[in-house]
Amino acid sequence: MLSKGLKRKREEEEEKESLAVDALWLDPGHAAVAQAPPAAASSSLFDLSVLKLHHSLQQSEPDLRHLVLVVNTLRRIQASMAPAAALPPVPSPPAAPSMADNLLASSDAALSASMASLLEDLSHIEGLSQAPQPLADEGPPGRSMGGAAPSLGALDLLGPATGCLLDDGLEGLFEDIDTSMYDNELWAPASEGLKPGPEDEPGKEEAPELDEAELDYLMDVLVGTQALERPPGPGR
Amino acid sequence: LKCTAKYVYYLSFQSKSDIISTVEFNHTGELLATGDKGGRVVIFQREQESKNQIHRRGEYNVYSTFQSHEPEFDYLKSLEIEEKINKIRWLPQQNAAYFLLSTNDKTVKLWKVSERDKRPEGYNLKDEEGRLRDPATITTLRVPVLRPMDLMVEATPRRVFANAHTYHINSISVNSDYETYMSADDLRINLWNFEITNQSFNIVDIKPANMEELTEVITAAEFHPHHCNTFVYSSSKGTIRLCDMRASALCDRHTKFFEEPEDPSNRSFFSEIISSISDVKFSHSGRYIMTRDYLTVKVWDLNMENRPIETYQVHDYLRSKLCSLYENDCIFDKFECVWNGSDSVIMTGSYNNFFRMFDRNTKRDVTLEASRENSKPRAILKPRKVCVGGKRRKDEISVDSLDFSKKILHTAWHPSENIIAVAATNNLYIFQDKVN
Repeated sequence: MLSKGLKRKREEEEEKESLAVDALWLDPGHAAVAQAPPAAASSSLFDLSVLKLHHSLQQSEPDLRHLVLVVNTLRRIQASMAPAAALPPVPSPPAAPSMADNLLASSDAALSASMASLLEDLSHIEGLSQAPQPLADEGPPGRSMGGAAPSLGALDLLGPATGCLLDDGLEGLFEDIDTSMYDNELWAPASEGLKPGPEDEPGKEEAPELDEAELDYLMDVLVGTQALERPPGPGR
Repeated sequence: LKCTAKYVYYLSFQSKSDIISTVEFNHTGELLATGDKGGRVVIFQREQESKNQIHRRGEYNVYSTFQSHEPEFDYLKSLEIEEKINKIRWLPQQNAAYFLLSTNDKTVKLWKVSERDKRPEGYNLKDEEGRLRDPATITTLRVPVLRPMDLMVEATPRRVFANAHTYHINSISVNSDYETYMSADDLRINLWNFEITNQSFNIVDIKPANMEELTEVITAAEFHPHHCNTFVYSSSKGTIRLCDMRASALCDRHTKFFEEPEDPSNRSFFSEIISSISDVKFSHSGRYIMTRDYLTVKVWDLNMENRPIETYQVHDYLRSKLCSLYENDCIFDKFECVWNGSDSVIMTGSYNNFFRMFDRNTKRDVTLEASRENSKPRAILKPRKVCVGGKRRKDEISVDSLDFSKKILHTAWHPSENIIAVAATNNLYIFQDKVN
């Protein structure tokens, strides 16, 4: 599958110089930066990024691209700040200080864990995820996903809504399931062990043959047996 | 600096209240479609050129308006689905009717736009108002005849392709086989057959097993203009992957991988964000792809993966302002880019209602502005210049005076002529080159 997409760059050489170069990387026009020393400037960018991250997650349906870019930027900033873990408080937007201080006080591992859990929460609101994930303890305060454990959270989402959905019957409940995972199994054997046969061109002639198999398959999934037996999907 | 054609401010249309979110000419250039934030599609049609007025090129007038998408509510996730039209793509014309695909975040629709200029009259079982007649009162039979009527253009939804995207659809692309098309969201790309709405094939899936490992999303995708097995998709990390559907059903392994190594001298916290590709377009020839990232437009040769063959600076003066642009989220704006019919000129938008054109042959570029205040009908557009420092000349505008709320994200170029459509917030501008 795809690599993590690391850019080809001379990382080893750059890392040593990263702190010294901080000042050059930031916009001299930025108010906080103009007066602050490099480390504090990174910190204000860090605060800003955390604010953006929280704002993004507070959306009912976060813009995934925006979220991923902010998280990646946050990681970069955090990586450059790592040697200077304890920073003096920096003037920052009003809502941020408490969250920022908590985050700054945390260790790198805690921050990674909290960002990881934020992204996990995102996977729960996006639809059915796989097994429930363990709740991360060091979540920053004010996390908008709610205090309940993620697995319960997913059920909560289903709970009140099913009342409406069952009006459409069981099928209506499952209409929003990301069907691409099921389609993968039928149309696109992803495991590398299979030989590349003649290309399955999507076409009308294939559809009628597979209908019955597809229905059986879906029924199995609904009943839950297939979920346990299913081999790993692509890129896992 | 002069561009090859002198552009004339020609005609502008203002949408009632909604921001235009996509603009697209059809394959002949006869029709121009716009989609807006309110889910409406407006189609303009070019007037037939009159023999009496040789010098007057055909103008575009409103041809059809219809509501393509409505806001929806997803009860399972307690989410509202926006009706904003993200993309419109035309199908090549195969009969008297026109067909286009329009999509919002979740659902793609195939619309048929057809004309009616005759209607049947003289039914036997219905009277003139359409009321049923008592069969017992009918003593003679007549053959209904078709009589001319005022031209009516009607748009009907012929297919609705729903429930196949968990994430937000950013691209649709019609395949050159004219039987299939693809829709791409942040993490997946699906292949559809136009005739089948309840199934689609997933051909790309970059969703990681654990969402915490997510570091990259799909930002745009397009089919090759001639090879129906080939498509490309771009990512938020500035990479482009070319895939061949003949290689395997699931195209998770690319055939080609285009990425330019990072320039260490330009490295910053924002390097990744500004490298995120907002649009990817094949040239008409199919030999090149063009990508747009925050500050540049790049042209890549399909045979060279390690760097682009051309890079054009759209607004490099913003490079020192990235922190502010990050703060106000402008750094996340997604600009589109387009080729002209002969692939010799490329165009993209910028801020302050500016848009830029780059001539690939002469290496000349020009900055033009789409605004009512500065344009009179039939007047030639004056090139604009942004002053980056030092003494500002009379007609120049300084970087700090740029209006970042006036962004030109969507533009379109007529397939064969020098006619361009530029969307500036809720205004549509159509420019064409001057006829001497």
